[in-house]
Amino acid sequence: MLGQLTLEAFQKGLIEMGAQIGLVVGGLVVVGLLFYFKKWKWLWKTWITSLDPKKIGIMYLILAAFMLLRGLADVLMMRAQQAMSSGDATGILSSDHFQQVFSAHGTIMIFFVAMGVIFALFNLIVPSQIGARDVAFPFMNSVSFWLFFVGVALINLPLIVGEFSAAGWLAYPPLSGLEYSPGVGVDYWIWALQIAGIGSLLSGINFLVTIFKMRAPGMRMMKMPIFVWSVLGSVSLIIFAFPILTATLGMLSLDRLIGTHFFTSDFGGNPMMYVNLIWAWGHPEVYILILPAFGIFSEIVATFSGKRLFGYKSMVAAILAITFLSFTVWLHHFFTMGAGANVNAFFGIMTAVIAVPTGVKVFNWLFTMYRGRVRLTTPMLWFLGFVVTFTLGGVAGVLMSVPAIDFQVHNTLFLVAHFHTMIIGGVLFGFFAGLTYWFPKFAGFRLNERLGRYAFWCWLIGFLTAFVPLYALGLMGAVRRMDHYSSELGWQQLFIVAGVGVAIICLGVFFQLLQLVVSIIQRKKNMVGADPWDGRTLEWAMSTPPKEYNFAVLPTVTERDAFWEMKQKKQLPSRNYEDVHVPKNSGIGVMVGMSALAAGFGIIWHIWWLALIGFIAVLVLLIVRLTSDDTERVIPRAEVERLENMKAGAA
Amino acid sequence: MKVKFKILVSVLLAIAVIAAFWILIRNNSFDVLQPAGTIGDQQRDLIIFASALSAIIVIPVFAMTFWIVWKYRVGHKKPGAYRPEWSKSRLAETIWWGIPIILIGILGVIIWTSSHTLDPYRKLDSEETPLRVQVIALEWKWLFIYPEQNVASVNFLQIPVGRPINFEITSDAPMNSFWIPKLGGQVYAMNGMTTKLHLQAHTPGDYTGKTANISGEGYSGMTFTTRAGSEADFSSWVKGAQQNGQELTMTGYNKLAEPSKNVAPILYSSRPESLYDTVVMKYMMPGHETTHEHAKDAAEGDHHE
Repeated sequence: MLGQLTLEAFQKGLIEMGAQIGLVVGGLVVVGLLFYFKKWKWLWKTWITSLDPKKIGIMYLILAAFMLLRGLADVLMMRAQQAMSSGDATGILSSDHFQQVFSAHGTIMIFFVAMGVIFALFNLIVPSQIGARDVAFPFMNSVSFWLFFVGVALINLPLIVGEFSAAGWLAYPPLSGLEYSPGVGVDYWIWALQIAGIGSLLSGINFLVTIFKMRAPGMRMMKMPIFVWSVLGSVSLIIFAFPILTATLGMLSLDRLIGTHFFTSDFGGNPMMYVNLIWAWGHPEVYILILPAFGIFSEIVATFSGKRLFGYKSMVAAILAITFLSFTVWLHHFFTMGAGANVNAFFGIMTAVIAVPTGVKVFNWLFTMYRGRVRLTTPMLWFLGFVVTFTLGGVAGVLMSVPAIDFQVHNTLFLVAHFHTMIIGGVLFGFFAGLTYWFPKFAGFRLNERLGRYAFWCWLIGFLTAFVPLYALGLMGAVRRMDHYSSELGWQQLFIVAGVGVAIICLGVFFQLLQLVVSIIQRKKNMVGADPWDGRTLEWAMSTPPKEYNFAVLPTVTERDAFWEMKQKKQLPSRNYEDVHVPKNSGIGVMVGMSALAAGFGIIWHIWWLALIGFIAVLVLLIVRLTSDDTERVIPRAEVERLENMKAGAA
Repeated sequence: MKVKFKILVSVLLAIAVIAAFWILIRNNSFDVLQPAGTIGDQQRDLIIFASALSAIIVIPVFAMTFWIVWKYRVGHKKPGAYRPEWSKSRLAETIWWGIPIILIGILGVIIWTSSHTLDPYRKLDSEETPLRVQVIALEWKWLFIYPEQNVASVNFLQIPVGRPINFEITSDAPMNSFWIPKLGGQVYAMNGMTTKLHLQAHTPGDYTGKTANISGEGYSGMTFTTRAGSEADFSSWVKGAQQNGQELTMTGYNKLAEPSKNVAPILYSSRPESLYDTVVMKYMMPGHETTHEHAKDAAEGDHHE
């Protein structure tokens, strides 16, 4: 009846028991509070069933923030383990538990923090930057979000029941095959990614169509804000790369469930095929994350320099070049597999070539500041921190693009330090810059600048303290994922320094949380209008906080930096109001999500009836929704006029 | 004045931190940068060259970033000209598309040539006869077979200085990566197939070898000592193994292949004829029986000791 699920699956070691009890109690407290304050209806109507991309974006952000804390908790355990386990000392974690922790850390940070934040920003910013009221497919957007939610749920369930994968964040077979990983850990990993991945693919399609079809009148492609271009690159990559992930995970799952031999070592299976396929998705994934960060920096640098973005056409060309090239380099993740010299050389050269468009972008940003008036606000600090870290990380990347060098640093802490430099210094700093920049648009008040600066300096210094020792350790020959090492090597002090770095980063996160709380408390003092930074693009033309329909009258675009032009020409928004159509709320998105959760859980634990019911429920729900015509709601002209004439802030 | 003071303090602080870091690491062995093998030497030279090439771009970028932000910031007493509409310059853009293209062009040539000269599969140019060593990654130890000497060892590799070593590498376990950082780059060890690696030590000494690819619970303890000595050292080690080593039978091998962690070195005076080939080929055979009974045991629980 319950497949492999037994009571024993709930039994945990001491450390995991803390997380288990914490999650269960925390969940019960939240549910209890919602009952106590009678907020269920509010939650359901305003958030859960909302098809407003701004609401969905904020929900993505909240989940991603929680996952960042979870990922950080994993980091603390790893750093503690490696700082302690020199020589005879075994540290705090068993080998198996340590391996689960680093597998969870990588998976969570990429799929549920970084991907969560990019989808949040796509939802919050893309429609308004192109002067649209909504995304192309509002209901599909809700389904995407709830599938993402299912991924988050499945990746955290192992803390309560069962175990997580110990095969690393990309779960190479044969280690991730049934022979070496017989438990449910790898299945949790597969189905969390599989279900969230389908949501990502749907989002990719949604935003591609939104960008192609929903731009304001007059906004030709070459007049789009550069952030929108970067999103276009990113979603194109999602559309081409995520099906590869889906197929690869599908095959791995078939190997584990019904005994096929796609990736096993025997019966003609080939693990090397898996490694190729997973990186054919995995490398574009890196650019799916970094391109939007480039877009954010482009907007921020132009705004805070009070100047047009330098070399717009170059920037567009660079984005397109990176988008294309990112599909031609996947093999550099495994030069050490023994492909021939010609193959390695080809992929090495293609990898080095990506440095060209990336470098061009840096120069364009510098020349955007040149002859501008640079305001050193927190978003600009994140940008400058990014230039420093990203350039250094880029040098490490160029080194590793040479296959003969890669043989000596592959799978070492040098590599670990490199990709953390790119993802923390590039992606994460970009997100923090963007979130600080766009926060007042949606909240109506600014984030506290002083605490923002403290957070930035903690992150930057903490980052360097945590990762410079890792670069050094890598060159000393320290491989990644070690749970203990010989005391004669003299590595312990460096691991301790790295641990101190992580503590400083945690302080940075603390300041960010404090910044949010303090800013909310002092919101009256920091109240801002619709255009707090002297912005250039259309999202700043919306009221603050934005109305459900973004723009009462869709703007007409004549130039790049459309809002800047309007301000220069002192154009006021048109007042020819009309009826506005907005999507009705729908509870089907969340129901699809819950059914998918049941199906995923059923497959993981081999509870086949549950999996079947969940799967059928998803299909039925989708058919119900797709056959319904009653999906829109009209806000009449008079109501639009009333809303628009209200004083800002009174809403 | 206040800003300048802050900058001065920051610079001094940074220098102090760098000095402290240097004191911390000055006694450490940077295996990759201080190699004891000919391949490792060439790889280190490449690291230095590629870093220098990158510095041509990186240093100006840092200098420009600092100068531009300083000069054009709001609050500078005499900031540079303000041209809010100035957003293109064909000359400037040609320069910063052009210079990286030239540098990457140079790097491309280096990548192409070094990928061939340092291809792990390429036999080393040498007057000396190469020594053949077959490597099998097991759960979680390394088995080394010396087919010409008919001896074998676990987690200990004796090699003669100055002679090329031709490694043939496979795995009878999850994928591993065979790496002796002091001698040169790594190559994956995968079951059902052979990868090759050619290395040569130029300085005698004991060098740690390891796996660089996660292969299960005992991964961290899967290290071994590589002892690079003279030809005489090598002969006497072989003789010692022949006289004092255990006999490795097929049953013995199957026992050895069972999972075990942090395994101390073992010497073998013989090995089953063509053991290496048998291990490689067994994954191709239809109906090969998995030797991993432990997989089923593990499924019963025992995951969180």
